[in-house]
Amino acid sequence: MLRWLKNNFVSPSQLRQLGVLGLNERNLACISAHNPRSSFPSVDDKLLTKLLAQDYQIATPALLGTIRHQAEIAKFEDYLPKQGGFVIKPAKGSGGKGILVIQFASGDKYLKASGEWISRQAVERHLSNLISGLYSLGGHPDAAIIESLIHSAKEFADFTFEGVPDIRVIIYHGYPIMAMMRLSTRASDGKANLHQGALGVGIDLTLGTAIQAVQDDRPVFVHPDTGSVLQKLRIQNWQYLLELAAGCYDMTGLGYLGADLVVDAELGPLLLELNARPGLAIQMANGAGLKPRLEAIDQHRAQLRGPAEVSEVRVKVAQQLFARQVCSVSPLNVE
Amino acid sequence: MKQGRSTLLWTALLLVLLGGMHTAWRHFVHQVPLLPGSQQTYWDLEARVEMEAEGAPVKVRLAIPQSQPGFLMRSEHTASPGFGVSFVEGDQRFAEWSIRSATGTQWLYYRAQFQFDPKRHIPAVDHAPELMPSTWSLPLKAAAAQILRRSWQESADPFSLAKALAERISNENNQNGRLLLSEMTASEAMVNLLNDAKIPARVLYGVKLEDGRRRQALQQLVQVFSGQNWQLFDVNSAISLDITGNNYLLWQQQAGPILEVEGAHESKVTFSMLTTHEPASSSVNALAVKDALLSLSIHSLPISEQALFKTLLLLPLGALVVVLLRVFVGLKTSGTFMPLLIALAFLEMSLSAGLITFLILVSAGLVLRQLLAHLNLLLVARVAAVIVCVIGMIALFAVISFHTGITTGMKVTLFPMIILAWTIERMSILWEEEGPLEVVKQGGGSLITATVAFLLMDIYEVRYWMFNFLGLQLVVLALILIVGSYTGYRLLELWRFSPLANQPKGGE
Repeated sequence: MLRWLKNNFVSPSQLRQLGVLGLNERNLACISAHNPRSSFPSVDDKLLTKLLAQDYQIATPALLGTIRHQAEIAKFEDYLPKQGGFVIKPAKGSGGKGILVIQFASGDKYLKASGEWISRQAVERHLSNLISGLYSLGGHPDAAIIESLIHSAKEFADFTFEGVPDIRVIIYHGYPIMAMMRLSTRASDGKANLHQGALGVGIDLTLGTAIQAVQDDRPVFVHPDTGSVLQKLRIQNWQYLLELAAGCYDMTGLGYLGADLVVDAELGPLLLELNARPGLAIQMANGAGLKPRLEAIDQHRAQLRGPAEVSEVRVKVAQQLFARQVCSVSPLNVE
Repeated sequence: MKQGRSTLLWTALLLVLLGGMHTAWRHFVHQVPLLPGSQQTYWDLEARVEMEAEGAPVKVRLAIPQSQPGFLMRSEHTASPGFGVSFVEGDQRFAEWSIRSATGTQWLYYRAQFQFDPKRHIPAVDHAPELMPSTWSLPLKAAAAQILRRSWQESADPFSLAKALAERISNENNQNGRLLLSEMTASEAMVNLLNDAKIPARVLYGVKLEDGRRRQALQQLVQVFSGQNWQLFDVNSAISLDITGNNYLLWQQQAGPILEVEGAHESKVTFSMLTTHEPASSSVNALAVKDALLSLSIHSLPISEQALFKTLLLLPLGALVVVLLRVFVGLKTSGTFMPLLIALAFLEMSLSAGLITFLILVSAGLVLRQLLAHLNLLLVARVAAVIVCVIGMIALFAVISFHTGITTGMKVTLFPMIILAWTIERMSILWEEEGPLEVVKQGGGSLITATVAFLLMDIYEVRYWMFNFLGLQLVVLALILIVGSYTGYRLLELWRFSPLANQPKGGE
């Protein structure tokens, strides 16, 4: 019994030592303290985020159209691209709910990302539910966003099952403090959602390479469906991607922010959506707690004189701060 | 941040102090005991007369009760703005209200407190009424004679005859009994039959005592005499009411109208009741009424309002449980305070019956929701359809449980219907998107929370404390405030993050 407890549970003092951020502390010390309520709409409404991103020249997937009323549903085809796929999203959805990915349309049939063909009626039903607010926070009426489909960069093909992998970066007052790549699996039904069984791979902030990986909060080493060794994962264009993510702070003014980005085969890194309440699984994927990093940034900001730093500088500062940490911590662990 | 925390702690401390002081005051000044044991049971009854005055002088005469076997009257008073009040004593007591002129809807209150005291001997002695010659219509005559003959053979004295008669009249399979009931009420039929047998009896009106009932009507009871002694019978349930330990209180002592009104129309009288447990020795209630404003006590409210508060005052405790389980344990529930509403419904039934009903309702609702999904409906219409179906199922459930003899099913109606329909809708979506595991997780979390909240709210002492010591509400509030600022880890996080601690070993 005691041994079982020891293997499956960890003492609070140990967690504190590791600097792990808990949900209660995240809610009070990060979200309530650093995210002004008035800035939430720009993040919770994906349409607003998209328009804001355009103003700040942050690249996002192309917006094909929006549907706000039940009556417009019948004409949804007007918004679809001549060929190729599209994505239907709720503007105020949460946790990846209500996202319909269509790879290919042929007549009245639509091919889902999972390889299943669905009828036009099913798409209309989905739109109707979505506008009624089935997927929105608090069940409020919602708008549907139709976006062009993202084509995942070739380098990730071996690391994902069906869906497009995305990269979550936690931004604290504009400084990227932790990053993770989310790879979809068969269990997650091609969705990059960790609580549905997608893989979370911690990414080194300086190099853009994998640190370690978890599935359902437990460590894994190879992708369960493709068999690729996750350690080999490496993200191209990493510096630019981090700068893009860091720029989201200027756009929203949220002190504690999760930015979700994707790497498109042709367009490069794109901002997918922002999250004012990013989850804590990223700590598992990185094998490190968030708290020491929050403190490091707080210290850095306290010492800062003169004008606020721009996103390129902020990325460099964060990389310096946290790269050193990785080097200095690992030898200690071996002892 | 630091400053906010100290303000919070001071606020909480202040609340606890205030709550403690109020509790101490209730205990020492009002002498409300800290434990519910060793006490007397009191029944507070309230009659509310409602009428439409016509602008002319209004006279109201209401029959009022007095001490009787099992019940000792402790106090009575009236509330009637502008009316003059007088009590008429005698074999039958009356309260008389009068006013020179009144218009519009008028409310008059009469409130009496009875001490439930089966040991005290108040003899059931009274003058028997005169025998009335029975006036059966022709078709009934034979039936009445037959019932009387059979019952007479089975009985030895007036009371056993009355019991036998009551059983026949209330028996649904008795043809003769049915025939009698086609022309008169059961109580009238019984009095007529007894008079035929030369036994004096009369119909009196009484209150069925059930804690927390509001807007009740009086019930007909048959008073049967044997010489100077009498017993009460409730014909509809065919039980003779034991004088001790009964749960009926006679509202009148002599047959006659309960309410007489002059100068107003649409008058009616309704009754509310509430039981309280208080020490026998002190004059608690007199004090409570006098100090009403000073003590800000809800115990000075009309009884019908108080009955509402009995449940309402438990809710903060349930909310505290929800907060505790969320913040310290990290249980996922579907809808933050939905478990609290379920726990309230459980309070009206038993826990096992409540759990089973909830599970059956939700699972049947999920199946129905799947069928509805094929019809391609708009969301609001679909949830509305689920509401209709849920109510249909509840009706079916009540019917089935009634006919199989399980009475708890009847109270299913207390489930928060609309919340239930939304829960079903959400769970069904959850099932489609995240799989059955998540549904079980959230559903289980909700039920665990509801059960814990129920177990806490169901403790007799806890109910007593929350209702009698209002200061405790402030203590609960203080606890919620303190828990709300907890930034430590949740219990389930200790499990969730455990790989982080074991990780150096995994890396080697």
